[in-house]
Amino acid sequence: MNNNRTWYVQGIRDGIPIFLGYLAVAFTLGIAAKNAGLTAFQATIMSITNLTSAGEFAALGLITSGATYMEMAITQLVINLRYCLMSFALTQKLDSKLPLFHRFLVAYGVTDEIFGVSVSVEGKLNPFYTYGLTSIATVGWTLGTYLGVVSGNVLPARILSALSVALYGMFIAVIIPPAKENKILAGLIAVAMATSSLFTYLPIVREISPGFRIIILTVVIAGIAAFLFPIKDEIAQEKSYAA
Amino acid sequence: MQHNVYLYILVMAVVTYLIRVLPLTLLRKQISNITIRSFLYYVPYVTLAVMTFPAILSATASTWSALIGFVVAVVLAYRGAGLFKVSVGACLMVFVLELFV
Repeated sequence: MNNNRTWYVQGIRDGIPIFLGYLAVAFTLGIAAKNAGLTAFQATIMSITNLTSAGEFAALGLITSGATYMEMAITQLVINLRYCLMSFALTQKLDSKLPLFHRFLVAYGVTDEIFGVSVSVEGKLNPFYTYGLTSIATVGWTLGTYLGVVSGNVLPARILSALSVALYGMFIAVIIPPAKENKILAGLIAVAMATSSLFTYLPIVREISPGFRIIILTVVIAGIAAFLFPIKDEIAQEKSYAA
Repeated sequence: MQHNVYLYILVMAVVTYLIRVLPLTLLRKQISNITIRSFLYYVPYVTLAVMTFPAILSATASTWSALIGFVVAVVLAYRGAGLFKVSVGACLMVFVLELFV
């Protein structure tokens, strides 16, 4: 049990960059929520129950335009479908004998950032690590939303701008170290960033929404890599998503 | 607004949670197929790389400060700095640069 506690504390510690990044992003979300006519209470409830940035930003637009509940459901499905892919990868990181309720709790915190940091753990994932990350991340996300609604100008634009790179910095800290020792990973990361740039700037393909861009590129690139460079079984067993 | 905001929030929360929870609860067994395992091994790296670049370039007030913040993060991560250092290092770099831009 003491082990769980250690993992939880470690999760909170590693979650500080997520906290900072979420605070900044949620702050702008709160401002948008206010403009969409939501009260501070409503916006806070939305953030604590959803814990997703793109989905919530899109929802505000739908709420303002008075969309149907079905439209809301489909939009959320499309925008957040990438979480399905992440949960699919994450489920293999958890011990198959783990009591089921842990899986229900871990699911709440499947965001880009919490997923990214959780999979970077060497070997099996102790769910308490994810709980630590989720705890502090949720505070940042919810608090940021609330503050954004009640006071549009608490944080100067300069600080918001700087904090906005916190989440990306974290992603980089997750993917670069393993790529140092693994040329295939390094190549994949380069290819992923290059194709992502093409899909962002080239005509026609840039019309694809960011959510689908992530899904399509991940499935195609990771799929091709899986055929061309199947991993050695013992690596997959012991060091899957080696940190 | 004719629709109820709380109902909207409920619909969003249920859909989003189902997306997250279904794979985690329905696929509990270890997959033995080596291709699928390799695929899942590569997924996080590709996803995070796709999400980071070029999105980071439009995250800050100027493309240049973001680009340099990105380079600083990569160098720090390559030299073995942890999550916190890389992340805060990139933030500080952007902050300092934007003081002069």
